[in-house]
This record gives sequence, C-alpha cells and structure tokens, in this order.
Amino acid sequence: MIRSIGRWFDERLPLSSPIRDAMEHRIPPETASWFYVFGSAAMTVFALQLVTGILLALIYVPSASEAWNSLQILNHSVTLGWFIRALHGWGSNFMLAIVLIHMVQVFLFGAYKYPRELTWIFGIFLLLMTLGMAFTGQVLRFDQDAYWGLGIGASISSRVPIAGAALVKLLLGGPIIAGATLSRFFALHVFVIPGLLIAFIGLHVLMVVTLGINEWPMPGRLVRRSDYVEKYHEMTRARGVPFTSYGAWKDAVFSGVILLAIAGCAFYFGPFGPSGQPDPRVIQTVPRPDYFFLWLYALLSLLPPQLETPVLLIGPAIALIILLALPFVSGEGEKSWKRRPIAVLTILLAAVGLGTFTNLADHAPWSPVMDASTAAAIPAKLLTGRTPLEIQGALVFESKQCHNCHALGDIGGQRGPALDGVAVRLTSDQLVRQVLQGGGNMPAYGKNLNPAATTALVAFLETLHPPGQRAAQDASLKGGAQR
Amino acid sequence: MSDLSINSLSRRQTFLKLATAFNGAVGVVLGIPIVRYLFSPVTRGRDGGYDRWISLGSVDQFPAGQTRLAAYRNPSASPTDGETAEIPCWVRNIDGNNFQIFAINCAHLGCPVRWFPQSRLFMCPCHGGVYYEDGSRASGPPERGLFEYPVKIADGSVQIKVGELPTPGASAANRLIQIKGQTPCA
Repeated sequence: MIRSIGRWFDERLPLSSPIRDAMEHRIPPETASWFYVFGSAAMTVFALQLVTGILLALIYVPSASEAWNSLQILNHSVTLGWFIRALHGWGSNFMLAIVLIHMVQVFLFGAYKYPRELTWIFGIFLLLMTLGMAFTGQVLRFDQDAYWGLGIGASISSRVPIAGAALVKLLLGGPIIAGATLSRFFALHVFVIPGLLIAFIGLHVLMVVTLGINEWPMPGRLVRRSDYVEKYHEMTRARGVPFTSYGAWKDAVFSGVILLAIAGCAFYFGPFGPSGQPDPRVIQTVPRPDYFFLWLYALLSLLPPQLETPVLLIGPAIALIILLALPFVSGEGEKSWKRRPIAVLTILLAAVGLGTFTNLADHAPWSPVMDASTAAAIPAKLLTGRTPLEIQGALVFESKQCHNCHALGDIGGQRGPALDGVAVRLTSDQLVRQVLQGGGNMPAYGKNLNPAATTALVAFLETLHPPGQRAAQDASLKGGAQR
Repeated sequence: MSDLSINSLSRRQTFLKLATAFNGAVGVVLGIPIVRYLFSPVTRGRDGGYDRWISLGSVDQFPAGQTRLAAYRNPSASPTDGETAEIPCWVRNIDGNNFQIFAINCAHLGCPVRWFPQSRLFMCPCHGGVYYEDGSRASGPPERGLFEYPVKIADGSVQIKVGELPTPGASAANRLIQIKGQTPCA
C-alpha cells in the first residue's frame, strides 16, 4: 500500500532516485567520524531556529511601541512562550558556536582546498549571515540593550567616509532609532537573511554531496589540481562506504545531543531578557552586547582612539579578504594539520584572542562603576584611626565620584589604577597635581575642587600605603616631606 | 530544410533578445520606484519634517549653574515609535542667560552619558568616556566633546533644534555645533 503510494508520487515527482543517490553516495570510510558531524548539526539547529522563529512570530509584534510588551506576554502569559523564546535564544548561541567549530574543523582538515574552494566561500557567506541573524535577532529583543546597541551600530556606520551619514539613515530607516528601525530589522531577520541562508545552505550541501566529503587528511598526501579528483574517485570506488549506513548515524546522534543540550539550557536558564523597556529616557542603564559580540565591545574599549575608526572600518574588510582568499592562496598541497603549524597557530591565536577579549568584556574594567560613589563602601581599615581632615578627604573621595573609576580594597571601578597603595607611588605634591590637572586617562578636577577639599582629599590619599611601607617623599626636600 | 531551420533559429534568437530587452526595460520601470522607496530614509532629507525647533519647557525649570535632564518628543515621530521617540538631553544653564544643550549620546559610540553634579562630570557607562561640564572631552575613548544642539530662548522657554540621532562621523551633516578645540573623527 505505502509502496504503491510511493510509486504513484515517484512517477509524477521523480525524486526518490536522486535522494537515494545522495544518501548512499560513497564516502571515504575514515570520514564516518565524530569530527565530521558539525556541519549537519549546524543545519539541524538552523531548522530548530526556523521552527521556533515561526512560533515566536505568532505572538511577537514588530512595532517599536509594542515589541517589548509582546515579549513580556510571551514570557509570562502565553503557555510555554518562555520556553520557545529560550529555545530560540539558546539555539542562536549554539548555532554560532557550532558554525565556528565546523569552520575550525574544515580549516584544520584542509577541506577548503581544491576542488572545494567555492564550498568554503559559501561557508564564509553562511558565517556572515549567521552573525547577521545574531545581531538582528538581538535588535528584535527590543529592550534597552537593543536600543543602545543600535546606537552603537549607527555610530560605527557613521564613521564610514563620505557615505557615513547616509548609511546611518539606511540602517535606522530614518533620522532616529524608532519604529522604522525595528521594522527593517524584522524584515532582515525574518525574510531576507533566512531566505539567503536557506539558498546558500542548499548550495553548500549540494556541493558537499556532489564533490564528495573531504577525505581524512594524511600527512604527506598532497592535493594537486592535476590528479586530485581522479584519485579521490578511485579511492571512494575502491574503499568507499555508503553514507547512510556508516556516517549518518553519528550525524543523527550528535544533532540529537545538541538539540537536547539546547532544550536543557532553555529549560534551566530560561529566555534571554528582555531587559528594561527601550525608553531612551531611562538612562540608568549599562548596555552590554550579547555574548558573541562581547569581544568587539572589549576591542572598542581598548583600542587607542585614533586607531578605532581605521580598525573598525578596515579590519573586517581585511579579515573577510583573508578568509575569501585562503582557498586561492593555499588551494593545493598539504591538508593535514600535523604538517601545517601556521594553520594550527592561527587557530590558537584567534581562539586565545577572542577568548581573552570576551573574558575581559565580562568584567569590563574600562567602564566606570556608575553607582560606586553612592553604593560602594570604603574598607573600614582605611578609615580607622584617621584624623578629621583625612576622614573629610575620604568623603570628598566618595562625593566627587573618584570611587567610580578607582578601587579601594577591590571595591569600585577599575578604569583608573586602584588606590590602595597610591601614597607609595606619588608624593603629596604629585597627588595634588594629578587631582587638579588630571592626565593619563584622568579628568582634571581643578575647577570642581576647592583648595580645602583638595587638601583633605590628598591628606586621605597620603594615608593609603601598606603598613610596613612609608609614603613616597620628595627627595629634594630637606629631611623629606613631613606630613 | 537546413537553411530554413537556421533562418528560423536566428529569427527566434532575435525574438528572445527583444523579449529580454523588453523585460530589462520593465525591470527599470519597476526598479526605479523600488530603489527610491528603499533609499527614502536618505533622500527624504530635512524637508520631511524633522530638524525643528522644539521647546524643552520654561526657563525656570532649569536653575542657573545647574545641569538637568530634559526630554522631548522627536518632531518626526510616527505613532508606532512608542517611547523610542522620547529623546532625553542634558540642559546646562550656565549663568541664567546662556544655555548649553548636550545630546544624551556619548560621542564615542552613542551610549547614554550620565551627569554627576558633585564632580561636574559626564560619564559614559559603556567604554568609560568622560566629559567636563561644558561638554568638552575629559578622558576615555571619545575623540571629541559631547554633541550640542543649537539652542535659543524664546517666549520664556528653552528651545532646541533637533531631529536626528547625533553620531560621531555624521556630526558635520547633522549640523550639531562642534565644541572648540575638538575635532570630529574622520
């Protein structure tokens, strides 16, 4: 019965034989490996994103005045709305992570070499689209972070020479971040980029199936344009195994594990946000990007100001050119990572670099702690046994927001140096100069501190030295500076 | 026979070329409005109703020597904008007669700066930009001072000219005043 229905369809829609060919195409036996499961897992997570995305669109309202409310409804009123949101959010993080792992595996296994250059290039496009989905998705979670994140996107775009102002308006859909902005990010996130993703995933997979999966790289087995294809087919004819009976089960198991992991994270950690309402008047906010853009946030804080614009505008272009040029520059030769030390070092360097920046962005030592001057305590041991003048200085330290940037006993901002031992480093004259004139990365307080307050503040700072160490003294003064 | 088929083939090829050209022309006819629609946020320009004088309230709401937060509804707001059209700004009454109005957006990457009256500094929570009370850059990554809106006192109220998100690169275009001694980024 089922067989005859199948035959009926196959006569009119003859797909069964191409599908069977694709499923049972011969693959090199070593590639039925746990290293070859990331591409299919990325595709599975993408399917999850499609399904959960459509489910969210049933409730979500892409309007600047209603989006935040509709997210609240999803989180709190709709049955399991929070879970679908959490699946979509965690799915996004997992998808980016798996795409990156897939890319690293492909790079280290030399899979981008002849004849798979275009597969790699389409893969780069897919990576860019995945990043685009992550950014536009963050905007659709229309909260304070999304609002100010858009401001950051606009500020970066504005720095493009000549076209900057026009680019900002194209990005925002108008002169300010408002209703039109959310609508166009919705169109990008829901129609444009997913459409492109589906098309390019189709081509990417088609190329993998028709060209054959990259064979397991053996040190010393070099890729040559003249005979690679011939040798590959010789090998798969001689030793190849059908994909479905050898490799497929590992793909399926891994995809299932990943889906379960996403569901687990969604269940235990719940959905992301939304944080506060996207009301620009609420300025008591500390905007932070989503996890996968934290490294960029760190980079933007740590670059010297003059370098920022060139790095922001030229850096991505250079990175993209390198990625796209890679299969043309090293399209032949050694595939094995065991004989490609520079490739391995590149991956390590990129991983350590991104990891360091992401980790730094987690503490954000460059950001002032905006409420330290009212909420952070000065450790009691720094205040006991002090003269009234020195206590007065501690009050100045708090009231003038010094604590926002300078830590005492590990409490407070880290924008400037911690001041626990500042008296060892600077004499009282140097302290006065630093406070009044600023310098380095410090604002000058000359106009905002009267002489009495300055005297008190410096008297307090002079007490900040470890018990066994004397405060710094001006060597040019007879008998040292007496305080 | 062969002559005929070649003739008819070349004739059909001509037809195909003509049909392609025809579709190309139709594409242009359709494409022009599509492109104009897409680029309307850029081409609409200032005549579309933004960039207007807006009152922030009467002068007595802003005591001399103080800097206070004010907000206005963006002149080109649409009904779907919701709260995003309510734009805050810092109003500094210098001496009772002279005002400075600063955009809320940090000149680095647009995060909202906060005013600390005790230390008379603006601080940015994102990357640590700091500005003095006159808006000039004190420290951190910004390459210039805060953005300033043109301001006038009319009918006893503080009025500013607004309508566009100030961004570091577009500062010349959005006609915000440059603070002396600071240069915008290229």
